Amino acid sequence: MSGVAHVDRRLFLVSVAAVGGSLALGFEIPFGARAVHASSSAREITAWIVIEPDETVTIRVAKSEMGQGSFTALPMLVAEELECDWSKVKAEFAPPHENRRRDRVWGNMSTGASRSISASQNDLRRAGATARAMLIAAAAARWNVPETECAAARGVITHRPSGRTITFGRIAAAAADIAPPAQVALKDPKDWTLIGTRQKRLDVADKITGRPIYAIDVQLPNMLHAAIVQCPVFKGALKSVDETKLTGMKGIRQVVKLPDAVAVVADSWWRAKKAAELLALTWDVGDNSSVSSSMISANLHEALSAADARVGRNDGDVDRALGAAVTRIEADYEVPFLAHATMEPQNCTAYVTADLVEIWAPTQDGETALAIAADAAGVPPGKVVVHKMMLGGGFGRRGIFQDFVRQAVVIAKEVGQPVKLVWTREEDVRHDFYRPVAAARMTAGLDAAGMPVAWKIRTAGQSIIAAVSARVMQFGVDRNFLQGLLEDMPYDVPNYLVDFAMRNTHVPVGVWRSVNHSQNAFFKESFVDEMAYAAGADPYLFRRKLLAKKPKELAVLEAAAMHAGWDAPPPQGVFRGIALHNSQNSICAQVVEVSVAPDGKVGVHRVVSAIDPGHVVNPLTVELQTESAVVYGLAAVLYGEITIRDGRVEQANFHDYPMLRLAEMPRVETVIVASGGFWGGVGETAVPPLAPAMCNAIFSATGKRIRSLPLKNHDLRSA
Amino acid sequence: MARLTVNGRACDVDVDSDTPLLWVLRDTLGLMGTKYGCGIAECGACTVQVDGAPMRSCALPVSAVADRHITTIEGLAQNGALHPVQRAWLDLDVPQCGYCQSGVIMTVAALLRDKPSPTDAEIDAAITNICRCGTYQRIRAAIHAAAGRRVSRTSSQ
Repeated sequence: MSGVAHVDRRLFLVSVAAVGGSLALGFEIPFGARAVHASSSAREITAWIVIEPDETVTIRVAKSEMGQGSFTALPMLVAEELECDWSKVKAEFAPPHENRRRDRVWGNMSTGASRSISASQNDLRRAGATARAMLIAAAAARWNVPETECAAARGVITHRPSGRTITFGRIAAAAADIAPPAQVALKDPKDWTLIGTRQKRLDVADKITGRPIYAIDVQLPNMLHAAIVQCPVFKGALKSVDETKLTGMKGIRQVVKLPDAVAVVADSWWRAKKAAELLALTWDVGDNSSVSSSMISANLHEALSAADARVGRNDGDVDRALGAAVTRIEADYEVPFLAHATMEPQNCTAYVTADLVEIWAPTQDGETALAIAADAAGVPPGKVVVHKMMLGGGFGRRGIFQDFVRQAVVIAKEVGQPVKLVWTREEDVRHDFYRPVAAARMTAGLDAAGMPVAWKIRTAGQSIIAAVSARVMQFGVDRNFLQGLLEDMPYDVPNYLVDFAMRNTHVPVGVWRSVNHSQNAFFKESFVDEMAYAAGADPYLFRRKLLAKKPKELAVLEAAAMHAGWDAPPPQGVFRGIALHNSQNSICAQVVEVSVAPDGKVGVHRVVSAIDPGHVVNPLTVELQTESAVVYGLAAVLYGEITIRDGRVEQANFHDYPMLRLAEMPRVETVIVASGGFWGGVGETAVPPLAPAMCNAIFSATGKRIRSLPLKNHDLRSA
Repeated sequence: MARLTVNGRACDVDVDSDTPLLWVLRDTLGLMGTKYGCGIAECGACTVQVDGAPMRSCALPVSAVADRHITTIEGLAQNGALHPVQRAWLDLDVPQCGYCQSGVIMTVAALLRDKPSPTDAEIDAAITNICRCGTYQRIRAAIHAAAGRRVSRTSSQ
């Protein structure tokens, strides 16, 4: 039996009330047929693959699906070597608790850093090849012929000399008993027939029919609902709770105190939320309640000339070269905190009994969710079952810190019944792990020909690593903060220095789609444009010269410029900007076309992205993720800003933390430059260059250099 | 107690009269396809049709929709056949995380009933839903595809 089949029983147990109501109304019963947790009657052929007698091939996915397409691309890697019929493939999540029980047979489940493909492609292709060998061995044994005379294609094994055939479904049970070969050879990339082809997503049907596939959709018998209010000032603590106003309210079951929050548990979420708003709460907030964004910003500016910076990379003698340069330019840049704002608010359902802790979570890392749940409940990890659900967005919010999991488990343990905790959007905006604040001072020296001979980069800001794992810091410097500015800096400048003055705040920070690349690309590519302007050079041709020894980057830059028609003037009133950045082991160049109206309103008309992720598994994924990253980046450039006042976040919801909407959507074109030979990520790579390419276009349009974000804070009206 | 008609079926629900329709659909009737996104009618993830018009159910008290006809994403397909908007969404691989798409699809289905061949400007005005995955370009293309029109702004490869 599959290890997956038996653990999802509760998903099929809908509350009596809901079933009754549904049947009476003729509604579909929720959780009646679940594509993402398909049960199976056949046996495994490797831990990754189950083949049914009806030829259905179920491929397990260890990574989370948050929209990025891993639920389709990862099975493609298995299927390529398995030689099954792709149209018969279904995907399902491998359960984290089974992974633990089976000695991590599915590897690391952490889903982030655009590494789902690169980190697991070798294991997945090997699994496919191993299973194919087992299927062929079983068929050869049945026919009593040498395995070498048999081959598999499209789910059928053929004995070449005799022409006999058997389908995978008919030989699967026998194959499951074959010992896996110790060694398998993987195909040469030139022989791939599925990898590199455009395949439709496997998760669309559920997502257009309203199937209950997200954690927030879970329904259990006797389930209660919880709403939460967290201390508005970060790192504060709950002092007292006055429940007087809840007297007489219907459906309220319990008020649960947490160290820094209060939850109201009720028979419906609406009642819980209303009651939570009526609680009179006092908090112990300490000195942090005086912190404001202007103070944080002042600290960053002080850090730009402070003596405590740690060096990340130092080539040549930058100060001497700056002194000898013909032209010297300098500029300071700054970016704000940013929230993730996943469309599905944070939530988790938990059921804690004497012998089991069971959770349903929107998690980017099911193993971390399991560890947090065990810790929160005070039980050994072996007593925890984690149901991974589809995520309504992730973007880095739900991987390292899964605060919602801990809260749900603590609440459910106290209540003794299944509890679904759902945050309001306001709690989500005000209690995120934000993209850090950061600033940079850029100094460059140009020679007589206008080319940079010295480049000094001082960065300052808040370290994510310091909060996550201080011991990861190497030689006292958070190299993660310098992403994109270290060995991954594509431009060759002989005298180069980058350092970092760490300035941490009480505001929690975390990984936000493209992490520290998001600000570093803005600093770097805006300043390269400033260098080009100082040199009187075209920003595209200037970058070309700096990339003379980087053929891959040059090819990507060229592809973006060619596709955008850089050589020809843009339409009347439209202006272009360009940028290039390496991240997630991929290369991306973008050309953005904007117009700026006399009243200062910015129109974004077109974004051309060229991307080289090495090998491409599914071109559709690359296009979808590039389009998605462009929009994510655009919302941040135009509007994105979390500000702090009295120690707390000022923004609350989409009215004051706005998002890009359809009417503002530019035409987005993606050019895939797949050079092969390496496995780069695509989920984040198109975010970093967007801000600088856009601001460079605005400079071209207005002559105004944007050195801080977001754009809404700048006056772009014509003089 | 309120009487509603949801996806063609009459039902009585015993809830506080200020309860938003969204939570009646989800927590009382078990129809989980309609999503909570913001609670203030900003994002449109909760959009359903009330007497055919798209409405944001998160800020719509159930008392305001008594005796009116409500259609949710679960009621859009007829006799097992996907609605043309759903088919276009499937054909063009519109959803990524998918969380906002029920609301978008319900809004688009209402738009196409009023304007069978909407212009880009009409689409801009009607579709104000928030999608954090940024599927807007495909949403526009899929609306045109569903309208059976030549797609005017496509993703180019």
